[in-house]
Amino acid sequence: MTAVVWVAAAVAQTPAPGTPYTVVTKTARQPLPVRIVSGQEMVSLDDLARLFNVTVREDALAGGITVRAGTQSIVMTAQQPLASVGGRMISLPAAPVRDGRTWLVPVDFISRALALISPGHVELRKPSRLILSGDVRMPRIAGRVEPLGAVTRITLDVAPPSAHQISQESSRLIVRFEADALDASLPSAAANDVLQGVHPGETPSTIALDLGPRFASFRATEEPGDRGATRLVIDLIAQSAQPPGATPPAPPAQPPPPEPPPLLDLPPVGGFRTIVLDPGHGGDEAGVRGAQGTLEKNVTLGVARRLKGALEARLGVRVILTREGDQTVGLDERAAVANNNKADLFLSLHANASPRPSVAGAQIFYLGLAEYGEQAQKIARGGAESLPVLGGGSRDIDVIVWELAQARHIDRSASLARLTEAALREHVAMSGRALQQAPFRVLVGANMPAVLVEMGFLTNPQQERQLASDDYQNALTQSLLEAIIRFRDSALPARAGAAPVPMTPQGAANR
Amino acid sequence: MNRRVMAGVAIAAVGLTGAWILFIALPRWYAPKPVATAAPAATADPSTPARKITATLFYVSDDGLSLTGVQREVPFGARVAEQARAIVEAQIQPAAPLIPAVPGETKLRNVFVTDRGDAFVDLSADVREKHPGGALDELFTVYAIVNALTVNLPAVTRVQILIDGKEADTLAGHVDLRHPLAKSLEWVAHDSH
Repeated sequence: MTAVVWVAAAVAQTPAPGTPYTVVTKTARQPLPVRIVSGQEMVSLDDLARLFNVTVREDALAGGITVRAGTQSIVMTAQQPLASVGGRMISLPAAPVRDGRTWLVPVDFISRALALISPGHVELRKPSRLILSGDVRMPRIAGRVEPLGAVTRITLDVAPPSAHQISQESSRLIVRFEADALDASLPSAAANDVLQGVHPGETPSTIALDLGPRFASFRATEEPGDRGATRLVIDLIAQSAQPPGATPPAPPAQPPPPEPPPLLDLPPVGGFRTIVLDPGHGGDEAGVRGAQGTLEKNVTLGVARRLKGALEARLGVRVILTREGDQTVGLDERAAVANNNKADLFLSLHANASPRPSVAGAQIFYLGLAEYGEQAQKIARGGAESLPVLGGGSRDIDVIVWELAQARHIDRSASLARLTEAALREHVAMSGRALQQAPFRVLVGANMPAVLVEMGFLTNPQQERQLASDDYQNALTQSLLEAIIRFRDSALPARAGAAPVPMTPQGAANR
Repeated sequence: MNRRVMAGVAIAAVGLTGAWILFIALPRWYAPKPVATAAPAATADPSTPARKITATLFYVSDDGLSLTGVQREVPFGARVAEQARAIVEAQIQPAAPLIPAVPGETKLRNVFVTDRGDAFVDLSADVREKHPGGALDELFTVYAIVNALTVNLPAVTRVQILIDGKEADTLAGHVDLRHPLAKSLEWVAHDSH
């Protein structure tokens, strides 16, 4: 019963409606509904698909969502406030949230991700709740009014600069811009006897200034403003010899704040975002050579490239290979690539050899600590070093012994190895000793969960043919992809939309 | 003239004696004493001139998934280092029909044993160059040698493999050889001997 309530609470995240945005195209204005989830303005991917001519596809296995426009795509994952746009990681203010059959994404998704793949111009204007789509000219205009004695000054900051004309039509001054529409924020009340008010004109590209009885003449000047804007200053000159009228202070309208920079490389938030794949051997060092000439270094690179493509396309994570081609790379260097890129996972790919040709099957290794002595085991137990500090006393400090960096991660590496073994077992032949520990040089310096996969034996004639084939490499890729997804999910709270496992004692007892 | 010759001979003699002391006598004097051998863990027959002991050596098992221990006779060595050398020589020697875990071309260059029980086994570069590669095969090569010494010689607790007299990272790109390795029966089939 408790479990049922818990499940219901997890699913019940009803989004509240928010103020819609308006999507402005050259020919139309359409509303884009907004829903508020945990204080974030979210829009539905279905609405975006309809309004921006993109397709949305969900990958149930990987928990990934792909948004595609032409040949370009964005990949997102539930639970992660990230999007991968053509392999580049973009941070989002919130993770995608499932809402019935569709997904909700933060409104910033439009400017940070959608704008990058859309063939036409897409611009999100949060302050004015507008989204410009396509070749629509809609300058932003921020106005303010300042009474300066005999002169009342109206300042209009116009971005981007747009050509304009000012003409007097009876008791009004009309400022006409060369644009399809205006995104104007105008001072509300500025009533004196020279200027009665400022408001949008009768056509979408004009602003009207209502003149008061003491208006005599005007002069307009234009000067460059901040951030590439133009500043248009219109001085309304009052008739002389009259005491200046009451000049209620006009609330100065500030120009809208600039949009935050849309792109962030490697945002510092926690999560699962970088994977380093290590195609074993390479260059001068060919690794195992099969009887039919298949080289280990080529098999490992082949699978690594496939897996990189699959991970990028389906999980939207950054994937780095320790070698992109047929180069010789040192073992320390391989772990260093993973450490320097703060990888969340390190996967070293190899093919095996045996003096007995009958031996076949995949094996998964994680680091054996026994071979590294007491110190490694102390690190694995989370032991901190107690070091003396200035002024007496001592402090426990978590020292990373880089040579043994892997020791800290050994439990999670074991879990990754178990998941990898299970996933491979579903697709390929496994060795009689599938899950093993060993003192492997490439793993010991990796400061993240790390495993080494021996994908099969090149000394077995049948396996050599398999390892060289597309089908088998794809099966390996699929297995490793599934293993990585399961490992990722094991580290995250239950995914939205995924059936949560009851965690109460009753739930456990009922099974 | 005659005096000069005699003086020259005297100086040469002193020089030679000095050199002998410096380069031969002193190093011998200070050379580390070999550890007193705990009796090799095997039977020895002291009566025959070519004494032998029985040692457990390691070969690839029938299923290819582990090492298997095989009892074989190896020459007796009076000191630990000598016995260690004899055991490694026998271990790396091909012994058909047993499947060797060490490339057949490998030569043993030297064996050192320290007071702390660390043995250094210096192999020719063939062990790397002729190695077929593959993590499992590399584990078998390394642990055949490590276990051959640690299982048979109680005075040896750890073994570090050197290649051509130098420390090596790995043999074939997998097993970390930068530190001495202790006995590991993980890779030895349980039904051995």
